[in-house]
Parts: sequence; C-alpha cells; structure tokens
Amino acid sequence: MDGRLKLHVPEPEVRPGGTPDFSGVKIAKAGSVRRPPVDVDPAEIRDMAYSIVRVLNRAGEAVGEWAGTLTDEELLAGLKTMMRVRAFDRRMLMAQRQGKTSFYMQCLGEEAIACAFRKALEPGDMNFPTYRQQGLLIADDYPLVDMMCQIYSNRRDPLKGRQLPVMYSARKHGFFSISGNLATQFVQGVGWAMASAIKGGDRIAAVWIGDGSTAESDFHSGMVFASTYKAPVVLNIVNNQWAISTFQGIAKGGSGTFAARGLGFGIPSLRVDGNDYLAVHAAAKWAVERARRNLGPTLIEWVTYRAAAHSTSDDPSAYRPKEESDAWPLGDPIKRLKNHLVLRGAWSEERHVQAEAEVDAEILAAQKEAESHGTLHTGPKPSVRDIFEDVYEVMPPHLRRQRQKAGV
Amino acid sequence: MPRMTMIEAIRDAHAVKMAEDEDVVVFGEDVGYFGGVFRCTAGLQETFGKNRCFDAPINESGIVGTAIGMAAFGLRPVVEMQFADYVYPAYDQIVSEAARLRYRSAGDFTCPLVVRMPTGGGIFGGQTHSQSPEALFTHVSGLKTVVPSNPYDAKGLLISAIEDNDPVIFLEPKRLYNGPFDGDHDKPVTPWSKHPLGEVPEGRYAIPLGKAAIRREGSALTVLAYGTMVHVAEAAADALGIDAEIVDLRTLVPLDVELIEASVKKTGRCLVVHEATLTSGFGAELVAVVADACFYHLEAPIVRVAGWDTPYPHAQEWDYFPGQARVGGAMKRVLEG
Ligand SMILES: Cc1ncc(C[n+]2csc(CCOP(=O)(O)OP(=O)(O)O)c2C)c(N)n1
Ligand SMILES: [Mg+2]
Repeated sequence: MDGRLKLHVPEPEVRPGGTPDFSGVKIAKAGSVRRPPVDVDPAEIRDMAYSIVRVLNRAGEAVGEWAGTLTDEELLAGLKTMMRVRAFDRRMLMAQRQGKTSFYMQCLGEEAIACAFRKALEPGDMNFPTYRQQGLLIADDYPLVDMMCQIYSNRRDPLKGRQLPVMYSARKHGFFSISGNLATQFVQGVGWAMASAIKGGDRIAAVWIGDGSTAESDFHSGMVFASTYKAPVVLNIVNNQWAISTFQGIAKGGSGTFAARGLGFGIPSLRVDGNDYLAVHAAAKWAVERARRNLGPTLIEWVTYRAAAHSTSDDPSAYRPKEESDAWPLGDPIKRLKNHLVLRGAWSEERHVQAEAEVDAEILAAQKEAESHGTLHTGPKPSVRDIFEDVYEVMPPHLRRQRQKAGV
Repeated sequence: MPRMTMIEAIRDAHAVKMAEDEDVVVFGEDVGYFGGVFRCTAGLQETFGKNRCFDAPINESGIVGTAIGMAAFGLRPVVEMQFADYVYPAYDQIVSEAARLRYRSAGDFTCPLVVRMPTGGGIFGGQTHSQSPEALFTHVSGLKTVVPSNPYDAKGLLISAIEDNDPVIFLEPKRLYNGPFDGDHDKPVTPWSKHPLGEVPEGRYAIPLGKAAIRREGSALTVLAYGTMVHVAEAAADALGIDAEIVDLRTLVPLDVELIEASVKKTGRCLVVHEATLTSGFGAELVAVVADACFYHLEAPIVRVAGWDTPYPHAQEWDYFPGQARVGGAMKRVLEG
C-alpha cells in the first residue's frame, strides 16, 4: 500500500492460452433448491438469487420439487425444437459465410432458454426479445421460410428489407419487433404489461436482456416501473457469460449475481440453470403464473454460456480460451435433454441420429424455398418504394416529394 | 363560448379524449394526484381514476419506454415530461424506438403516443427550465412535432395529436400558458380571457396536424414563427407599423410548405424567428424550404432571428430572449435588403 488510489477493473479468470477453470463457480446440486408457492413473500426467497435451480442431474435424472412440469411427449417436442433451432443457426451461419446475407447471430448452447420458456406462455402473451431468442419463434412454429426471407432481405422479407438480419417482428407469435439498440425493449415490455393490467385482461409480458446489457439505464428503468406498478411481467436476464468480448464481471461489478439485482426492488428473483430444459420450463411456469395471478414481476437470471461467437463479425479466440465452452460446467442443453429421454426409455441414440437427419432436411428445404425469393445480393429484392412507406401511417407531403425525386 | 387559459385548454383536451376513448392514459412526474407542476392534468385522476392517470417515477426514459410498450399494446398514452429540458434521458426511446417502430416492423407494431413538454424561456428558469429543443425532434423521421401558440390551437392540436396513430412531440411554450406573452416583460401579460384565441369551444374539435395559420395578413414581408414568437412578432410589427404577414406554423413536421410558399411569393420577403439557438435550428430548415420554393420571388435575403448559441442564462434572460427589439430590427433589415 503506497496510499495512492488505484482503479479496479475486473478481469476474467482466464484469457486465451490459459486453462479454463470453473471449479470456483458454485453450482447447487440438481433438486436441492426448494420450489416456493407462487405467492411467496419475496423476503423469504432472497437466498434463491444466489443459488441455482436445477432439475436434471449429472446422471440425467429429473429430481427435486421443480421436476414434473412436462410429459414425455412435450419433452420430445422440446428436444426437436432445440434441434431445429441449432440446425437453423448452422445453415444460416453457412449462408452468411457464402455471402447470401450480411450478418447472422447464433444462440448455440442457449437453445433451452427460449424454447422451454415459450412453452410456458399462452397465446396473446408478448415477448420483448433480444436478437438471441430465435427459439421463441421456432418453438411457436413461426414459418422458418419467413425467418430466412428476413435474414436474406429478399422480396418476401416480412420487414421489407428494412432491418438487419435476425431483427424479426411477429406480433401474432407474441414476438415484439427487435430494435438493435440494447435494452430498450426491457422497459417497453414492462409498459406493455402495465397496459394489460390497465385494461384488466389476462395477457402478460416477458422481457429479455443479456448480461452485458443489464448495465444499461433501461434495465434499471424497467425494474423501477415493474416493481412500482407490480406489472405482470417476467424479467429475463440471459447470462451467457459474455457481451461480445467483455466478460460478465464488467456489467455485474461487485454484485454477487445478476438475479440479486432484483432484491433491492423487492422483486422475487431466481437463478436458474439455463441449459436444463426442465428447469427452464418449471421456473418459467412459476414466474408466468405469478404474473398471470397479478402477483407482480419475477426476475430470472438464466445461467448459460455463449458457446459460439457473438455474431458473424466476431472471433472469440482473441479474448477467451477455445476450451472454455467445453469446460462450462452446465453442459449442452440438447445433450442433456436427450440423455434424460434416453434414460427414461422415451428416446434412443438411433432415433436421435434419424431425427437430426430429418431436421436437417426440413431446414434445407426451407432454405431452398427462401432462396427462390432471392438472397441479399441476388434475385428479387424488396421494392425501393418501400423505403418511403411506414415512416408514418399516411405519407406526408415532404416524403411524397422525396419519393418522386428518388424516381420511384 | 368558454374562455380558457392554455393550461385549461390542454387539460380539457385530455379530458375530452379520455372521456371519449378508454384507451387514452395519462402519466408523468407529479401528473396524477397533484395534476402536474403546471396543472395541465389537474382533476384527471379524480375524474378518470388511477388506472387512467397516475404518477410516474422520476425516470424520463422509463416514462417514454413504458408508454411505447403501452402504445404497442393498443393504448394511446399521453405522457408529460416535466420540462422539455428533461427529455434527454428519454431521447433514445423517442428517436430509436417510438419513431421507428412502425417502419422497422413494417407496420406489425405501431406507436400512437404523445409526449408533451413545456418549452421555452421567459420565466427566469435558467438553463434547465428554458430550452427549446424542437430541432432535435424535427430532425427525426417518424416523429411529428407540434408547437401551439394559443389555447384554441392547443386544444385542437392536442386532440389531433392524441388521435394520430404515430408518435407526436407536443411542445407547450410555457410563457404562453397564462397569456399571449409578446416579449414585453415589464408589463403584466394580458390574460387569455381578453384574447380572441382564448375562446375555446367545449367538447371535441380537431385542428389538423401539418396546417399553418396566418395570424396577421400583410404584404410587406412574411414572418415565419411558432409558439411565443408569434406574439412577439405581432407586437413588433404593430409597434413599428409594418405590414407584416405573420405565419404561425403550429406544426413543424409535417410542415405546411404550401402556405409558406404562397405567403412568401406574395410578399417577396421573409423573416424567420425562433427562440431556440440559431445554429442548426429549425429556422435553418425554414430558410432552405423558402429558398428552394421561392428563390426567384425573393427581393431580399432571408433573415433569421433566434436565441444566441449559448446556454439559456438566468440573470440575462431578457438579453438572450429574442424580443421585440431584435425581431423588429430584423423586419426593418428585411424590408431594406
Ligand atoms: C445501446 C447499444 N450499445 C451497444 C451496442 C453494441 N452491442 C451489440 S451486442 C453487444 C453485447 C451485448 O451483450 P449481452 O447483453 O450480454 O448479450 P449477448 O450478446 O451475450 O446475448 C453490444 C455491446 C448496441 N447494439 N446497442
Ligand atoms: Mg451476454
């Protein structure tokens, strides 16, 4: 100590070249965390913001009070949905590499969160997602071809070529338009939920944010409004450990966990194994029921790992060890659910291989169809006239004049 | 016909729309129980209930952010920023979100939202209660920007803004709340009850967005103004006996180019006046529009009068505010030019 001040800049435990070591990461045993009643006094479950709800154990068994929210058929459907998401991501990543689009973002390793969460919602509920919740759409059977046409910005792009790839919008599927400005949707979804309460309906909202983006003011604004008005909303933080090249400690600072951010607001706050399809579904159901019964918001930190690059513009080998993903202690969500179903006798290695082939064929067929409507640089494009539409409900004179000048 | 201040007219516009349309909700800082620091929402909570009019946390981005979500749900939120000077925390939500929601979702989601805020100086509010940030909004595609100059317009324009299916920025010149302030700060302001535009019909009437009004017909020059400056320009023209045609723009975007063009072609001279800072102010846009549409009809260079390019000072408020002397002097220059 030389008595001078020194700035503290958090650093991850390892950088490229180092050996990943997650032994210090405390992970509660599957089944060990209680399931409180949905109308629990938030003060009684403050400890849950520091633990982690898990259902699937290492052996692949479903254990504890959170188990049992899904039938075997539902679990099989969930497995196939996650497989479709992964195959979709793989094909679109390749399409980007082939120059068919400008940009793509995978959710590799995080599939369980959006896929299982979607199954806890009802028609009419609204998600305010980030760019990494494509699983919400695919789990709701949104047409894959439409997603691809958006990614390709082609003639059939539902968003008329205006948005960066993956920034979908699908009101009918409870999927709010993605902005691209981080965190803005977090507070908007709280407002949507407040509106639902004002109108006295039964629809609820689910808002989504990444670990890094919780540092934005809008996260805190959302928390203030959600707690003040007890809005019927599920507040989801997807902690995939990374925000591009920045490890989660930069956004989290000295706080023990992201879930603990909710405690000061008096919002019931859970941490959940995001790579455990069963745990995700059970926790989502709990939070959704709380919202629907007018018990107010729930904050959930989904603990997961971003196994792929941030986007097609990113190369993670520059800032984290390649082996880190494999060393991640919560495993892979698809493998874990597959093992569970095999253990239950509801699934087998052979059927899994066969299902993989079926899913690949389905994605390939969708891709062919999407590409028949064009890709970013080839084939039919959205019309140039569309640049001027939808700025306002009715085109004002100055835009009309500009469109004339543009010669369209 | 009832006579109202601008505050009462704004309150009445809220009340009319809230009675007519259950989807209209009103909130903001001190807006609910107390009725707003300028009293523009007084009585609304009592009449329509806490579900429809309520107090918000002091969080402008949260107020606009939640309002956007409500609008996407299908409500018509009308939110108040306590002062235009405090809208900046909400700027991202307005610019990146409200203004673009329809466009980016190809009409899948829309944002019928009104963001009201008191604007302008003249109340010794210093740099944080005096600003005129209209150009920060007129520069943004997808927004409409409205500045009323009297009670009659305020009510009719606010009703149109609430009924509009796109986001509207509604700037209320606070120096006009209680009377048509003409820049002469030494004498008490005439109350709206003595002004013809203080006569405000009961019930619903709408003034379409995008339509300017001629406040005073004339043939010597055209003055383009809005908000407080309409009254300042009128007084300056009267004092100097100048036959000025004074155009009250009322809506900045969409702009009534047709009326502007007709007036400037008639007079051949143009003065642009606003209280906001000069550089990149809305006046620059007006000058460009006039040059584009009327160049060969102009007999003199277009002149701008605006606030100095400094923060709004406190003690020197009346040296900052573009009052009658500066506006009148500029009129003479346009006539001589
Ligand atoms: C307001 C804003 N700031 C910065 C960015 C650039 N940006 C895009 S993604 C990203 C990282 C976000 O990380 P996180 O919230 O953890 O989500 P993840 O990508 O891990 O899902 C950044 C900084 C942006 N899109 N918006
Ligand atoms: Mg992240």
